[in-house]
Amino acid sequence: MADQMQLYEVFVRSRRGLDHKHVGSLHADDSAQALEYARDVYTRRGEGVSIWVVASRDITASQESDCESFYDPLDDKPYRHAAMYELPEGVDSL
Amino acid sequence: MTPDDPIARYALRLGDDALIMGHRLSEWMSRAPFLEEDIALSNVALDFIGRARLFYQYAAQRVGGDTTEDTFAYSRDVRDFTNLLLCELPRGDFAFTICRQFLYDAFALPFTEALSGSSDPQLAAIGSKAVKESRYHLRRSKDWMLRLGDGTEESHQRCQRALDDLWLYTAEMFQSDPLLDDLIARGIAVDTPALHEAWLATVSETLATATLSVPDTDVEVVGGRDGIHTDDLGFLLAELQFMQRAYPGLQW
Repeated sequence: MADQMQLYEVFVRSRRGLDHKHVGSLHADDSAQALEYARDVYTRRGEGVSIWVVASRDITASQESDCESFYDPLDDKPYRHAAMYELPEGVDSL
Repeated sequence: MTPDDPIARYALRLGDDALIMGHRLSEWMSRAPFLEEDIALSNVALDFIGRARLFYQYAAQRVGGDTTEDTFAYSRDVRDFTNLLLCELPRGDFAFTICRQFLYDAFALPFTEALSGSSDPQLAAIGSKAVKESRYHLRRSKDWMLRLGDGTEESHQRCQRALDDLWLYTAEMFQSDPLLDDLIARGIAVDTPALHEAWLATVSETLATATLSVPDTDVEVVGGRDGIHTDDLGFLLAELQFMQRAYPGLQW
């Protein structure tokens, strides 16, 4: 049965003010059911205040083969990192 | 083993409903149609077991002495259990379990809402805690009714068959008896006979949307509240109580 169902990615916001974080995936017939299962599978211990579910097939993901063109050009641009700045007094990290 | 205190007896009825329903649901663990549903069913089972504990603890407190929640769950014989027959019927196929759950949840939501207004503070507190769970249970079981009833020919047939088999047992939820009448008059118990009309409306509406028919029968099977049960409850208790019967007082 599970192989006829759709895969959904689940995002849970653990507290107000925080971002939704990807917590895993599950199978469901449609998004309404996915939301209910997300509640049962991923928030049983009171982890969340808000849940998003997204059909996995709707996600466009970068590929391993994209790595070279996507990320390598950034290797020689260290000035883009905040690490070059001197920290103002009282600030521990940026 | 049956206490004299009417409130303790009432709490036991409600505890028995919850324990037996929870146990039947727990039988699905590792056997549900797929993983997500397995976890969801287990969650609902745990809600019911948790509810049973609260009712039993309260009954034990009222009875006093050495009595604990475990005394009620593990040391009573089948005739001492006063759960609804609906709760004890074997789990059947998935359609049967879902239909039973839907018929019960549609009752449990208004019931727990009303219980939270009980003049007995402890029962009211249990009601308030349970009402949120019941709201979710009904949402789930109603959703499944629509999927199964208005699904494939096979799921529709199985669902209708389950409804026809279960319908005879629904009248017991709204049955009245002297204990209940007394507690209703004192504002302690929920006036369950008065919930019937709203229950029927909720159920009929969902069944119509799910393309299922309300079974046409006047036959009513009752007896659970008097300890008259189906054979199946004995087998359920044999499994549920085995460890404590074989090793009394065992802890882990």
